[in-house]
Amino acid sequence: MSDKQKHASAYWKENVRYLSILLAIWFIVSYGCGILFKDALNTFKLGGFKLGFWFAQQGSIYVFVILIFVYVRLMNKLDKKYGFDE
Amino acid sequence: MSVQLWTWILVGLSFALYFGIAIWARAGSTKEFYVAGGGVSPLANGMATAADWMSAASFISMAGLISFMGYDGSVFLMGWTGGYVLLALLLAPYLRKFGKFTVPDFIGDRYYSNTARTVAVICALIVSFTYVAGQMRGVGIVFSQFLQVDINLGVLIGMTVVLIFAFLGGMKGITYTQVAQYCVLIFAFMVPAVFISIQMTGNVIPQIGMGSKVEGGMYLLDKLDALHTELGFNEYTSGTKSTWDVFAITLALMVGTAGLPHVIVRFFTVPKVKDARKSAGYALLLIAVLYTTAPAIAVFSRTNLIETVSNTNYTEVPEWFKNWENTGLIAWNDKNDDGKIQYMAGSAIEGKKPNYSGDRGEYGQRLISNPNDKANELYVDRDIMVLANPEIANLPNWVIALVAAGGIAAALSTAAGLLLVISTSVSHDLIKKQLKPEISEKGELRAARISIFVAVVIAGYFGINPPGFVAAVVALAFGLAAASFFPAIILGIFDKRMNKEGAIAGMIVGMLLMLFYMMKFKLDMFGGGTSEDWWFGTSPEGFGTVAMVVNVVISVTVSRLTSAPPQHVQEIVENIRIPSGAGEAQSH
Repeated sequence: MSDKQKHASAYWKENVRYLSILLAIWFIVSYGCGILFKDALNTFKLGGFKLGFWFAQQGSIYVFVILIFVYVRLMNKLDKKYGFDE
Repeated sequence: MSVQLWTWILVGLSFALYFGIAIWARAGSTKEFYVAGGGVSPLANGMATAADWMSAASFISMAGLISFMGYDGSVFLMGWTGGYVLLALLLAPYLRKFGKFTVPDFIGDRYYSNTARTVAVICALIVSFTYVAGQMRGVGIVFSQFLQVDINLGVLIGMTVVLIFAFLGGMKGITYTQVAQYCVLIFAFMVPAVFISIQMTGNVIPQIGMGSKVEGGMYLLDKLDALHTELGFNEYTSGTKSTWDVFAITLALMVGTAGLPHVIVRFFTVPKVKDARKSAGYALLLIAVLYTTAPAIAVFSRTNLIETVSNTNYTEVPEWFKNWENTGLIAWNDKNDDGKIQYMAGSAIEGKKPNYSGDRGEYGQRLISNPNDKANELYVDRDIMVLANPEIANLPNWVIALVAAGGIAAALSTAAGLLLVISTSVSHDLIKKQLKPEISEKGELRAARISIFVAVVIAGYFGINPPGFVAAVVALAFGLAAASFFPAIILGIFDKRMNKEGAIAGMIVGMLLMLFYMMKFKLDMFGGGTSEDWWFGTSPEGFGTVAMVVNVVISVTVSRLTSAPPQHVQEIVENIRIPSGAGEAQSH
């Protein structure tokens, strides 16, 4: 493997690590909090919302938006670190 | 001023705006026509993507559906937003780096095979046509509802408008008109929501109002749950679908969203890879405005509806009730002869739509010939929730007119985006890449414009003569995208070892399995079946999830048993994983 390829595969590994963490959060808020554990969470309340219901109809969507912008920031930094930014 | 006059003024103004933009942003080259020259800023692209994505169904039907489904409606809310996370993280940056015009382009090159390209073109055409027929119908319904013209004339007007800005401007014209359409539709959606939120809860922000207290100190959602229980419905916040089915439908919609060609193609229009990521973020942020407001509208209008009609004398119901009864979207049958409206769980009629007998009853209500023997006396069409909301809440006439302009903007922008994908598939993927590679740029551009014209005519035909299976087929579009495109693209990027044998086998099996399941349980073919016979209790809407998993398993297995992809393809994969040097979108 050439140095250039090593450099690229190190970049790819870090990218995949970010992806795994962010997608884990994506899964937990929607499928976890909003669907699988909804009934358990519904015993708690957030203002007038049952918590599981809130995650399913509001919270998960807010988290989705935040996740993308976090990814944008992380990747812009990573691109700079590896000299792939332009 | 009357609603009618306001509607003509607002719809007229918004049309003038769209035409102005279309003339300003004419396309001169195929690159401008297909991907707007690759020079759209991330924010503008985000707005265009949002307008493209939010169709007449999102604008008119979704809040109404949720209002009747309660918690179960969450499948649409999460399903149609969560896909953007997958797009931003797993697809958009790499496809932008790859730098071609279309999804079949990627599939064809990555899997070094014209067979794969053809399979992808066929999927793209099926998905887009099923969608666009629904949009054209939506335009017709909005026109006929608000401007009192015939539905067919409404479809024709819509066709002409879409044709003008798509024909002239291609992707460039469409993108900038969609920016304007986003502004119109989101303003039109938010204004009534804010008004009603203030009326019911005193809170300006509907997303918070939904979880606030109403007069009397009770939380709105608790009150609605109590009303539901009292009338024999399931609790609003609990729902009736099984956990697995909610899971499967949500996943199928998310993955389907990320696999829809008219959404993916958007990310070819920005200058750089980092813009593709950012643009997906903006798109979801702008979509989230509507998608977090819709459940609030659902709760407000559901509560309003129950409080207004339940146990009310028919002679005392407000004007809007009788207006919608006259258009055939509400029906009341006084089963116990007390003159009051009893609204309860269960259907009020035999079949799906009320059959009006043509006569009036003793209170002036329209009589129907197909009541059933259940206690519920009221039929309400789900689509009226958003359309009637401003009337139910007694909002000023200009707000009602605004909703009409917003509904038309939503339907037009989505139709235009889909028509472009169809024309690109024909002129670029079929003619340029397969039938006639020596075609000149001018010739290709002409072919693109001709195919857009043909596509509009076909879509208009389906809008005027809607096939009975349209509703079934829209769900099919998501399932198909999930079962065919999504795995092929993801594996193409993340699995270097994936080869053409694996991808083609996966796409074909996934698509056929999905088609089979939908035909069996939605269209009653191959012996049909009821929900008892569903495989693992999965509804046809959620089956895309199962078909997708099958696709992935088959792709991976077949690819490991056959030879690795050639060296130059492995280099393509290494290359798209690195963001720098994306350059401009290329046709070769």
